[in-house]
Amino acid sequence: MSAPFPHRHLLGIEPLTAEHIVSVLDTAEAMREVLGRPIKKVPTLRGRSVVNLFYEASTRTRSSFEMAERVLSADSLSIATATSSVQKGETLLDTAKNLEAMNPDMIIMRHGSSGAPHFLARHCRAAIVNAGDGFHEHPTQALLDALTLRQKKGRLEGLKVAIVGDVLHSRVARSNALLLTKVGAKPVLCGPPPLLPVGVEQYAPATTRLDEAIEGADAIMMLRLQRERMSGAFLPSTREYHELYGLTVERVKKAKPDVVILHPGPMNRGVEIASEVADGPYSVILDQVTNGVAVRMAVLYLLLGGSGGEA
Amino acid sequence: MSERLLLRGGRVIDPARGVDGAFDVMIEHGRVAELGPKLPPRGAAVRDVTGCLVAPGFIDIHVHLREPGREDKETIATGTRAAARGGFTAVCAMPNTTPVNDSAAVTRFVMDRAREARSVRVYPIGAITKGSLGEELAEYADMQKEGAVAVSDDGRPVGSALVFRRALEYAKGLGLVVIDHCEDPTLSHGCCMNEGPVATRLGLRGAPAVSESVIVERDIALAELTGGAVHIAHLSTAAAVDAVRRGKARGVRVTAEATPHHLLLTDELVREREYDTSTKMNPPLRNERDRLAVLAGLKDGTIDCIATDHAPHTVDDKRVEYDQAAFGIVGLETAVPLMIDRVVNAGHLKLGQLVERMSTAPARVLGLPGGRLAPGDVADVTVVDLKRRARVDPEAFASKSRNTPFGGLELVGWPRLTLVGGRVVFDATESAAG
Repeated sequence: MSAPFPHRHLLGIEPLTAEHIVSVLDTAEAMREVLGRPIKKVPTLRGRSVVNLFYEASTRTRSSFEMAERVLSADSLSIATATSSVQKGETLLDTAKNLEAMNPDMIIMRHGSSGAPHFLARHCRAAIVNAGDGFHEHPTQALLDALTLRQKKGRLEGLKVAIVGDVLHSRVARSNALLLTKVGAKPVLCGPPPLLPVGVEQYAPATTRLDEAIEGADAIMMLRLQRERMSGAFLPSTREYHELYGLTVERVKKAKPDVVILHPGPMNRGVEIASEVADGPYSVILDQVTNGVAVRMAVLYLLLGGSGGEA
Repeated sequence: MSERLLLRGGRVIDPARGVDGAFDVMIEHGRVAELGPKLPPRGAAVRDVTGCLVAPGFIDIHVHLREPGREDKETIATGTRAAARGGFTAVCAMPNTTPVNDSAAVTRFVMDRAREARSVRVYPIGAITKGSLGEELAEYADMQKEGAVAVSDDGRPVGSALVFRRALEYAKGLGLVVIDHCEDPTLSHGCCMNEGPVATRLGLRGAPAVSESVIVERDIALAELTGGAVHIAHLSTAAAVDAVRRGKARGVRVTAEATPHHLLLTDELVREREYDTSTKMNPPLRNERDRLAVLAGLKDGTIDCIATDHAPHTVDDKRVEYDQAAFGIVGLETAVPLMIDRVVNAGHLKLGQLVERMSTAPARVLGLPGGRLAPGDVADVTVVDLKRRARVDPEAFASKSRNTPFGGLELVGWPRLTLVGGRVVFDATESAAG
C-alpha cells in the first residue's frame, strides 16, 4: 500500500513530508470505501482505546473523531471540559497523568493553548493527535481539505488555493498553507492587514486584496471570522468586513469556472461567505464533513494499527 | 576563620583603578589591606587562586527574591545563597513582592531578613507607586532611610506618563534612580513571546519590539524634561538600544542593563524546545537582529551593566501550557559562566570589560558601595576559576527554583570564592567536597 508512516504522534502538518501526507490521503480513500458499506464497522482497532479530550467546544471535529473511532471498533471515551475536573481547576498535567493511568493507546486533544499537544506528548506514553491547538495547527482539518480537493480536482500539485480571512488567529489556515505547499500546490493567503500575522510569507505569498487572491483560483478556502475580533480593534464591523472580504457570487466569478469552495465551519453566513455561495454549486462544504471521518480513520489506523506505527 | 586572608596567585582586575595583573590580595578585618606581587602571608590563611580572576564583588541590580509573599519560589536566605554561589556579593531586590515593597516597613523587613541570612548584601528597591498600581507615589524618603537604593515598579510598568514624570522629579530630589521595566501593556496584552515569524509559526501571541522601545523613548524624553535619572531594566530590542544610545549622546541621565539570556538566546529557542516554558520570560527572547544589537550595546557601553532578572518560579508555575506559564527564569547561578564562556571567551568582551559591567558599573549606576578593590575598601570580592569546565546542574542550585533554559549546558569559568566583607559566603572547593 502506501509509504510507511513513521510518526508516533500527529502534532501538526509541519513534521510531515509530502509522502506522509499522500499516505494519509490514500489510506483515507480506502476508509471512504468502508464508510460506503451498508454495515459501517470493521474490527481494525478492536481492543485499542482512544480518549477524546476536548478543552474547547467542537461539534464537527469531535463527532468526526468519535465516528471514526466507532467505525474502526476502537474503545473510546470523550471528555469535554464542561463535565470534567478541569472545571474544578485541575491542571493539564494532572489530567494527563490521570488519563495515563488508564493506559489509553491514543489521546485526541483540542485545546485553546498553542503547544498543549506537545506538552501532553512529553508527559504521556499514548499517541497524541492534535485536534486543534490555539492558533497553531489543526492537522486533520488540513488533511480532510486536501482529500476533498484531490477528489474534486484529481490532483493537488499546481492548484491555486486562496485562503481568505482571519489568518492571524487561524490554525486551519496555518495547517492548510503548510500542507498545500508541501504537496506542490500554490496557496495564497488573504485578509485585512490586522489579521495577517507578522511573517505570514513564511507559509505562502499573501495579499490584502481579495480579488487578487481569487483571480484564477482552483479553490477558495474561507476562514471563520470570530465576532470578538471587533472588540480587539482588528476590524470596525462585520458589515465592512463582508464588503471587503466576504465571498459573494460576483467575486467567485474571478476564479476558475470549476472553482471549489471550502469552509472549515461553522460558517458565519453574510460575514465571510454569502449564503448563495455557501449553498451554491461550487460548495464542497458537506463533502468536507464526510472526508473528515475518512481522514480521521486513516490517522487512527496509521498511528495505532497501521504499518510501522512505532518510531 | 582567621582575621587575615591572602588570595594568592590570581589575576586581579579592578577597572575602577585600571588594575589588571598578577597580584596577591591581603584581606584584614574585612577590608582589602594590600595588593601586590607575591605578598608574604604573615600568618594569614592562604588561598591559592592561581588561574582565577580576582575582582571587586559582582553586583546584580535586578533580582526577585520573592520574600515576602512567595517563599515557595525563593526566600531572602535561598536567593542570597544562590547569589553567593553565582559569584555575586550584592543584589538589588525588586519590590514586586506580596505585599509590594512600597513602605519603610517592608524595606526594613527585607533588610532584617538579609542580615539574618548572613550571605551577600541585599539592597532593596522600593516601589515607584503605592502597590505598584501606577497611581500614587510611594514614600521614597521613608524607604530610602531604611535602605532602599532605587525605585521601580518592575513587572508592572507605570502606564501614566504624568506619574512617571512626577516619580523622576521626586526621586531626583532624593538622589534616587528610577528603574523602569519598559513595556506598553496595551501593545503586549496577552502576549507570551516576541512578535515575529516564530510566534506566528507557533501560534503564540507575540509582543512587538516597539512595546518596549516606545516606553524607553518616553522615559528618556521624561528624564530629559525633568533632569531625573532613569535606568532601563532588561533592555531587549535593537530599537531600545538605539534610543538609549541617542539619549546618552544628548546627555540625558539614562543608564541600561541587559540580561545574559537576551545576549545569548533568541525566540528561535521557543520553537527548538517545542514550547518549553523555560524559554518564557518578559521581556521575551527577541530575534537575532535584536540580540546582536544588545550585544553591540553592551560592547560600546550603551548598556552599562549586566543584570540577571533572576525570577524564580515553582515547577507548578512553569509545568503548564505555554501561554499559562509564569514569566521568568532564574539567573544568579548561571550568569558568570555564561558571560565568561559565551561572551568573553567568544571574543565579544574583554575580561576587564566584563568585570566593569558586573561590578564597577552596577555600583555606579545606583550609587552603591563596592565596585572597587583598593586598599581600605570593604573586601567584597568575586573569585572566578577561569579554567573550570562544568555543566549547568539545576538540581545543584542554591535557589529554591530550577526554571532555567541553560540546564545541561557545558560552560567554562565558574565562581570559585565569594567574599562579603572579607567573609567567605561561597567556596566552590567546599561545596564540591560536600
